[in-house]
Amino acid sequence: MLRVDRIRVCYDDIPALHEVSFEIEEGQIVSIVGSNGAGKSTILKTISGLLHPVAGQIEFAGTRIDRSPPYEIVRMGIAHVPEGRRIFSRLSVVENLYLGAYTRKSDEEKAETLEQIFRLFPILEERRNQRAGTLSGGEQQMLAIARALMSRPKLLMLDEPSLGLMPILVSKVFDTLKQIHEEGITILLVEQNVREALELADRAYVLMTGNIVLQGTGEELLETDLVRQAYLGM
Amino acid sequence: MLSQLLISGFLMGLIFSLVAVGLTLIWGVVEIVNFAHGAFLMLGMYATYWLYRLLSIDPLFALPICTILLFFVGIVTYRLMIRRVLTAPMVAQIFSTFGLMVFLENMAHFLWSSDYRLIKEPLVHGRLEVFGLFISKPQLVAAAGAMVATGLVYWFVTRTQTGRALQATAEDKEAAALMGINSDRMFALAWGIGGACAGAAGVLLANFYFIFPKVGDIFNLTAFVVVALGGFGSIPGAFIAGIIIGLVQVLGGHLVAPAFKSVIVFIIYLVVVIARPQGLFGKF
Repeated sequence: MLRVDRIRVCYDDIPALHEVSFEIEEGQIVSIVGSNGAGKSTILKTISGLLHPVAGQIEFAGTRIDRSPPYEIVRMGIAHVPEGRRIFSRLSVVENLYLGAYTRKSDEEKAETLEQIFRLFPILEERRNQRAGTLSGGEQQMLAIARALMSRPKLLMLDEPSLGLMPILVSKVFDTLKQIHEEGITILLVEQNVREALELADRAYVLMTGNIVLQGTGEELLETDLVRQAYLGM
Repeated sequence: MLSQLLISGFLMGLIFSLVAVGLTLIWGVVEIVNFAHGAFLMLGMYATYWLYRLLSIDPLFALPICTILLFFVGIVTYRLMIRRVLTAPMVAQIFSTFGLMVFLENMAHFLWSSDYRLIKEPLVHGRLEVFGLFISKPQLVAAAGAMVATGLVYWFVTRTQTGRALQATAEDKEAAALMGINSDRMFALAWGIGGACAGAAGVLLANFYFIFPKVGDIFNLTAFVVVALGGFGSIPGAFIAGIIIGLVQVLGGHLVAPAFKSVIVFIIYLVVVIARPQGLFGKF
């Protein structure tokens, strides 16, 4: 479904990703784990078109997308929940959600998706007319995920959805991801919360200073010395 | 006497509001200060004037024509110039819109001379007497028009999906891009609406105000004060602050000395910038 082939991405000539390759198949949950500054967010930003690689290529459903602007990539079915939620704080919850469906035409279909989303996140329906900036951190994360789902993506990418949440909310977020996955949406997850991310993943990659150093199924990676020592403190 | 002044200050304030709404919208979305905003207003006034002189179109009917014209002037400015300096240092952005102002003013000078012009017999003229107060009809029409235009912009920005996309772009360009919003289009639209606001204000003013190449300067400066007072990027802020500045001008002129009316306005500007740089309201 998504093929990332030896991409190199730089910020002002300084490389953030050296030569990163990986693939995602339809229906999978793929996790990329690594510490701060490893280049995890850069990968997602490059896929969604906010950044462009200086070398290598990205294919989605057989089409090259590494030169496309973000608004075309959203339209093709990739949604990106950015790090730090980045909800539109001055707009209401429901206005945020409708902006998530900005690329879609039919009002009826949008309303239908909205209903499904309210079923998944009842709290958002309760707060539908509240300004998004007044929501709690956990609710804002739910809103950010829900907003991305409004575009009816085939691939949902999430950047550190558990960041800054208390443990009980972290497991709630991961439960929600499982539910979303069960509805048939492919998921690419980037996390510092290594254990949860690997337990959830069909396939996982460890990223270190712009290179993928380890890959395998989530379970396999949980057994490796590198992951146990560097990320789980065992 | 005082209530007479308050009324004319209030009416003028509504026009300041409209000019400032255009400026604040461009700043809010594109984060570039449009120093040529007053020059856009001047173009709107001259367009009205020539439609009147050459085609006998009354300013009232010129309103939609000139507003649309200045909408496109805003878009062309964005496409030809602003787009090239979007990622440039702030100094380059300042010089580009400042340079555009100098260019437009001198172009007006060259094409239409520095003569002061006036539309002599507009459809709306004369004055009303209400409770012993005199209200100039052109000024009343201008103020009402400005209020409606400001309301329309506010309605568009807060109640339509495209308007919300503008707000989203203003708040977080990258997050908006991830929603599938084409920020380049939003920037062009903000410049278009900004230009249209200045243009509409120009038409409304042309009914009773002298028209000359540098007429925009005074409105430009006042608009900056209004935007700073209302809060950069805030439409309701610009609306309220425009009225405040309109009132302050006439009251200051009356209570201190007419020569000092602008001084007081700029003192407000300095106090706001030092004591409350975010203005009365935040963005939008």
